[in-house]
Amino acid sequence: MTAVRRRRAAGPLFVAPFLALFLLLFLAPLGYAAYLSLFQNRLIGGNVFVGLDNYTQALRDPQLLHGVGRVALFFVIQVPLMLLLALLFALALDSGLLRLARVIRLGIFVPYAVPSVVAALMWGYLYGPDFGPFAQLSRDLGLPAPDFLSDGWMLGSLANIVTWEFVGYNMIILYAALRTIPQELYEAAAMDGAGAWRIAWSVKLPALRPALLLTLLFSVIGSFQLFNEPNLLMKIAPDVISSSYTANLYAYSLAFTGQQVNYAATVSFLLGLVIVIASYAVLLTANRRRTP
Amino acid sequence: MTTTTPTATAAPKAAAPEPTPRRARRRSRRSTPLTIAMLAALAYFLLPLFWLLIASTKSTQDLFNSFGLWFSHAPQLLTNIKETFTQDDGVFVHWLLNTVLYAVVSAVGAALLAAAGGYGFAKFRFRGDRFAFNLVLGAVMVPTTALAIPTYLLFAKAGLVNTPWAIILPSLVNPFGLYLMRIYAADAVPDSLLEAARIDGAGEARIFFRIALRLLGPGLVTVLLFTLVATWNNYFLPLIMLNDPDLYPITVGLASWAAQAQNGGAGASSDMLALVVTGSLLSIVPLVVAFLMLQRYWQSGLAAGGVKQ
Repeated sequence: MTAVRRRRAAGPLFVAPFLALFLLLFLAPLGYAAYLSLFQNRLIGGNVFVGLDNYTQALRDPQLLHGVGRVALFFVIQVPLMLLLALLFALALDSGLLRLARVIRLGIFVPYAVPSVVAALMWGYLYGPDFGPFAQLSRDLGLPAPDFLSDGWMLGSLANIVTWEFVGYNMIILYAALRTIPQELYEAAAMDGAGAWRIAWSVKLPALRPALLLTLLFSVIGSFQLFNEPNLLMKIAPDVISSSYTANLYAYSLAFTGQQVNYAATVSFLLGLVIVIASYAVLLTANRRRTP
Repeated sequence: MTTTTPTATAAPKAAAPEPTPRRARRRSRRSTPLTIAMLAALAYFLLPLFWLLIASTKSTQDLFNSFGLWFSHAPQLLTNIKETFTQDDGVFVHWLLNTVLYAVVSAVGAALLAAAGGYGFAKFRFRGDRFAFNLVLGAVMVPTTALAIPTYLLFAKAGLVNTPWAIILPSLVNPFGLYLMRIYAADAVPDSLLEAARIDGAGEARIFFRIALRLLGPGLVTVLLFTLVATWNNYFLPLIMLNDPDLYPITVGLASWAAQAQNGGAGASSDMLALVVTGSLLSIVPLVVAFLMLQRYWQSGLAAGGVKQ
């Protein structure tokens, strides 16, 4: 009897440390941001409760809307490209047709171990007009140097950095999922006369669904909070990347340059909300398609 | 799906001998065009790292005056490394040690917390367990950077800003890690084993530390490794939490050097640029080595997260 009771008490004890920290470091900041977003610090009157005023201001704030729009555009272009590349690489690795498969797999994955700060610095120097090899090569050939850091190219240049960093990571997730497909499935498909492409399409892709969904979700979260890469390229291209280039950059500059704590909390909270909604939208669409 | 399954199914697939000789012959046929295409892709991924390696052997002047993708006439990697380590009274060494401290403490802590929590949710039923787990699962989607500014404001009130805790504490909570460990624990720790241990009179804590933790090993290493990378690479959080350069991790330190190099006119006169480049190279070596050595773990761990949804 006491043993049973002790066992029941043990479960909560195992999860308690995690949940306690989760409460303090996850839910409390969220709650605090929500609370702060309801106040404004005014020159006269100090801290005043303003209800949802900060939100109505944020929803009409062109800088925030542009920032969110820009990361949404980034997401729509970069993520499909990155996941498609990751998928093709994973299928190629799994096909067994490659020589040097191990070297290729590890080499493509290595950028994941490079901090995004270093990745952005490296690519920033590679893009650069002074000693970047692309500019050097074009100068030697007498061509105009491609201006990767100009307004028109910047989003693409950022997308290239993020793609470089994360294709390998996504490829490994997909590749690992491919390795778990039972061998009998391939044998059955081959027996039915299916070729390599047919097997990839009808056996491998459906089996990759959960893994693809996972990579897609992580990509939603990653692209909407884009910060490190633009923050670093900002220093080499200050005229192109403004302090509100992405939504997260905007929240940062509001809090630490503008000292607008309440408004920064509002923007953080809204950005979090946008990401959660986008994630659930992805999940719902994926699940609806599964039951046609 | 336990993480041992993928490696178990992968092993026979990778091995060449197959039941029928005809299949084996087909399996061993390699495609040269596909290999070449993949090698081209590989070149793209290795190009920046190759550039970094070359650039680390150059003085700032040579960075401007010689072709970026080949060595200059006077390689000076060792000089650059020495200068990187001695600049500003050896602040780079501080950054490296800080990064190791933050990353290791966060990773070990996060992995243990996730393992205990995942085990608790997988192997015990108690009031509110479903609700609590779903709450954590929902949090997987909440972006950490959206939390960073509110966390900073809270920590500023608590006097935790500009201390190592400001980096370590938020890194300890890894909702995805808990989710992964719950899946892992459900399969890797058999109920019958737990029952047998209980009948033998072992306490729950003893069962967890002596039996379960050992079975959870590979999952634990996965969470450990990924928290390690996340903390090692973290930039946003330390950027807002710390303003004492002696507490910086390597990412914030390098970014501050890069800004100095830029403000120094970006010309060949400033010698900061060579230090930024060499420092970048030095900062990625440990992680790349760790990943190559521990590849068995992260691959099987990723499989567990990707397969079970």
